[in-house]
Amino acid sequence: MTELCDRTASDLASALRAGECSAAEILESSIERIDAVDGRVGAFLARTDELAREQARAADERIAAGDAPPAAGIPLALKDVLSTRGVTTTCGSKILETYVPPFDCTPWERLKRDGGVLVGKTNCDEFAMGSSNENSAFGPVHNPWGLDLVPGGSSGGSAAAVAAGEAVWALGTDTGGSVRQPASLSGVVGLKPTYGLISRYGLIAFASSLDTVGTLTRSVRDAALLLSAIGGKDPMDATSLDEPRRDYIEGLDGEISGIRVGVVKEAFGEGVEPGVRDSVRHAVDELANLGARVGEASLPHADYALSAYYLIAPSEASSNLARYDGVRYGVRVDGADSVEMMTRTRGAGFGAEVKRRIMLGTYALSAGYYEAYYGQAQKVRTLIIRDYEAAFEAFDVLVSPTSPTTAFPIGAKIDDPLAMYLNDVFTIPANLSGMPAISIPSGIDGAGLPVGVQLTGPVLAEPTLLRVANALEGALGFDVRPPLLAGSGA
Amino acid sequence: MPVEIDIEHVARLARLELTDDEKDRLREQLGVILEAAAKVSEVATDDVPPTAYAIPRSNVLRSDEITPSLTLEEVLSNAPEVEDDRFKVPKVVEVE
Repeated sequence: MTELCDRTASDLASALRAGECSAAEILESSIERIDAVDGRVGAFLARTDELAREQARAADERIAAGDAPPAAGIPLALKDVLSTRGVTTTCGSKILETYVPPFDCTPWERLKRDGGVLVGKTNCDEFAMGSSNENSAFGPVHNPWGLDLVPGGSSGGSAAAVAAGEAVWALGTDTGGSVRQPASLSGVVGLKPTYGLISRYGLIAFASSLDTVGTLTRSVRDAALLLSAIGGKDPMDATSLDEPRRDYIEGLDGEISGIRVGVVKEAFGEGVEPGVRDSVRHAVDELANLGARVGEASLPHADYALSAYYLIAPSEASSNLARYDGVRYGVRVDGADSVEMMTRTRGAGFGAEVKRRIMLGTYALSAGYYEAYYGQAQKVRTLIIRDYEAAFEAFDVLVSPTSPTTAFPIGAKIDDPLAMYLNDVFTIPANLSGMPAISIPSGIDGAGLPVGVQLTGPVLAEPTLLRVANALEGALGFDVRPPLLAGSGA
Repeated sequence: MPVEIDIEHVARLARLELTDDEKDRLREQLGVILEAAAKVSEVATDDVPPTAYAIPRSNVLRSDEITPSLTLEEVLSNAPEVEDDRFKVPKVVEVE
């Protein structure tokens, strides 16, 4: 049975304006779903039911008065690395277990102004470091497509919440694939826009040159709608681009005939599951049927992107996470002097993966090793960008799988960091190059699990990227629901 | 060959207390990860300039006007220990 909370935001926005339902009813449907399934899914770290009820009432008043923006009254979940004034923001870490931000991140501030309704903060890998959501200090998230499977990460809670109908849409963050990969593993749409298009103000930093706020939605149209609400220049973020807030719905339904689509040849090799390969090839066929001119593209340095990323991201992280020193916020473990206090606080507050990356980054930046590791990785970053620039001379959009595999069992890769890092092999290049990329469900594999196809475009090509993704989504007609919901309506 | 790391030294730089088990595991895992990451040197030649930001921006300045900021109470609201409207920390230097 389909409830209000299972519909798309675009559909609900129309229904709200037609008087077919109220924001209060949509919210109650969402809350009922959270009550019914979240004990099994574990998508939420904090719920904000009462706050959401007030926001839904306010949205209903604005809708009745006829001055409500499209995002008004749609239940939203925010990844717990996005600061929310007065609502705990833990980053999935013990060190911030009690942290209550005194300000809102810009994306939520904009949505709030538009009549947004926040249902809660979602679980994630600690400080967004991970690809399975198993690195959360507060327990894993279970994939609605199979409760013993990971939902992907690090925005696993946001992806699972949208897949399970607990929220109609959600925000996540993507540093190396953390929006697109969980979208792929959980059967939803994940958009990572161009670096700097959405403000990072209030996003608790992991790797500042790569961190990007992204959207998790049930349709490409919803991704366009959400981006329209939160994108554009913010003076509070020095890396924010000089782009106006714009309407990404305009032009979304245009033709894609003649669009040049490049299939990334390096992304179909060893390590890619046959079910993933077949599903993505099918999506490529559909693009050709829609009139796209399909050819083979090459990113010759793609093989080096993973290595560069696992030097650059931990280096930036080791610097960013220096702020957790037990002085201004977070937990403190006492010591005889300041250094002992800091050292103990950090030892007790951080989990295994965060410690691993801090150590990796500290080593890569330390005297004598800086040039050999961090310096060389930054050069590879240049080579990756050049690869893309060359490819985008011949193509408008590039296609690859989002992830080499579908959802894997909880516990399967947790003891092998290198195997875990390979999950991000196809998503990392778009972070290193700052380019926009989107994952949409391409179908289900033989085991009944969703597969994601990734489309990548050049810097600020969101309108084209979304138009192609929207046309492909229509042609694929993916409408399978996760087994968790397939039965008697959860 | 896995890279050999002075774990004690790096942990000291990172101000990170680690148990002996953690040190052993990290020594092994970081050695393997760094061996794989060192692959960047195969292609990062001298003639390639480094990239710090994919979309570079420089000298992003705002006009010199006073705008609202957090209150003292808000700034201190998350501090583990506060005294006289200031963050309180354990002693930093020995006083004889």
